[in-house]
Amino acid sequence: MKPRSKTHPWLMLAPSLATWILFVFVPLGLAAYNSLFSWDMLTEPTYVGTTNYSAVAEGGELFRILGRTLGYSVLVVAGSMSLGLGLALLLDRPGRFFAFVRGSIFSAYVVSWVAVALLWVLLLDPDRGLFAALLRLLHLPRIGFLTDPHAALVTLAGVTVWKITGYAMVVFLAGLRSVPKALHEAAALDGANAWQRFRHVTWPLLRPTAAFVATTSLIVSFQAFDIVRIMTQGGPARATTLFVYAIYEQVFLNLSVGRASALAVVYFVVLCALAALQLRAWRAQTIGRRA
Amino acid sequence: MSAGRRKRAVDRVYTILGGLAAAAWVFPYLWMLVTSLKPLDEIARDPTAPLPKHPQLDAYREVFSQVPVGRYMLVSVVMAVAIGLLQLLLALPAGYALAKLKFVGKKVAFALVVACLLVPPQVTFVSVFLMLGKVSLTNTFGALVLPFAASALGTFLVRQALLSVPDEIIEAARLDGASELTIIYRILAPLLRPTLVSVFLVSFVYHYSDYFWPLVMTTDDTVRTLPLGIALLKEPGSGVRWHVVMAGNVILSLPVLVLFALAQEQLVRGVAGRA
Repeated sequence: MKPRSKTHPWLMLAPSLATWILFVFVPLGLAAYNSLFSWDMLTEPTYVGTTNYSAVAEGGELFRILGRTLGYSVLVVAGSMSLGLGLALLLDRPGRFFAFVRGSIFSAYVVSWVAVALLWVLLLDPDRGLFAALLRLLHLPRIGFLTDPHAALVTLAGVTVWKITGYAMVVFLAGLRSVPKALHEAAALDGANAWQRFRHVTWPLLRPTAAFVATTSLIVSFQAFDIVRIMTQGGPARATTLFVYAIYEQVFLNLSVGRASALAVVYFVVLCALAALQLRAWRAQTIGRRA
Repeated sequence: MSAGRRKRAVDRVYTILGGLAAAAWVFPYLWMLVTSLKPLDEIARDPTAPLPKHPQLDAYREVFSQVPVGRYMLVSVVMAVAIGLLQLLLALPAGYALAKLKFVGKKVAFALVVACLLVPPQVTFVSVFLMLGKVSLTNTFGALVLPFAASALGTFLVRQALLSVPDEIIEAARLDGASELTIIYRILAPLLRPTLVSVFLVSFVYHYSDYFWPLVMTTDDTVRTLPLGIALLKEPGSGVRWHVVMAGNVILSLPVLVLFALAQEQLVRGVAGRA
């Protein structure tokens, strides 16, 4: 439609655009600018060129942070998507019982990360936790879920899967509702068993939904912070120092604005690259389906 | 006959699996509740006893004496409501322009909205913290609310919903002499009610529970939110008083769980992006 006045559309967008310029685009530019300075927020900043970038990359630390974050994300995305899809297929049934089960799984997504993290610190406590008691009961060796450097990252991923599987489940349930019943019935009449019906009827129609869930849970897992700060503080031996926690550490514990900004810039570039990759995969797949 | 029996057996398997799934999600909450009702000496003696022998509310009293629960919760709720309302207020005209009006630069404006979806607060917080520090806005309500006043996702969802509203409604209102603001807030907003409710609820739940932003934008107690206060109950080091921490957890989670029970459908719709 034609606007009544040429300025109207921009006036309507102005409050939103102003907010985004002030709190998204300017800070983004400022991060790039600050990453070229050495600054502890107490004395004057001094220009140091790309020293901050080489400092955060020193000894491969940047790649370790990146590798850890990617590893954690892969575990979280794979875990929450497969579990979410399985639960959606299992629970897509009428009745109050299944509605209750769906509700209880999704409720974890709504509850604060703080509450979830604190609760799981208790459940996973190597001496007083329920999981420890279970291990003793089964005569299995004690596991330091959060204190063993080899276990801690997997533990965090597991807790994250518990928290966000409900999200994947509800999105898959919405996707399942859009699969026409008639298609299933036709396939069943043709003698297709349950697996064949899933493989050839449900899954092709569910693929865009799966791409959506993958993208959003990848981004969510890349932003993990609360769970790290509350459950492990990045330890043991930095085994759970994920990207956002590393940025936080640089600015609030090391008081180094320059290095924190350098890390934030790298983090942003990685996010963009991941989004671009996903978009490409998603496009390739929709084009492939049309052909 | 045998087909019917098989179907019943399959149904039973589904019910059992469903029960197991529910247990995996409900049990941790129950454990939180059980632990919060245990007296300290019972926790020390047998931390994994299934039920407290002498249930009591001491832990809750202790939370209230250690943390100004009322004030922190008020800050959290007021902040989350303010953010949710501002997002609706700004998303409506922006979504209207993007969905209904023709203008030069529309593609650029829409690309900006999508671009904002790509920049989470975790990228910008260092710079925003420094900027707000410059104008002495850290430790204020503004620092908690203003950065979230415009929501890219909310704008996007409002735009999507407006696309399916027929142009005739707007044309008729214009002929009646209604101003654009009247059209947006008085005529279109009520039509979008389900979308707006979902956007508000999702935003409220997210910001009420948010830990990251209040943590990095506050350095003292003036506008501390409840998640921060509860997280502080777990002192680093040994000797965590778990019954107190779990009592805090119950207090923190109860409002969202109640809201969830009341408005599950709207929340799910908003989260699933089908608002």
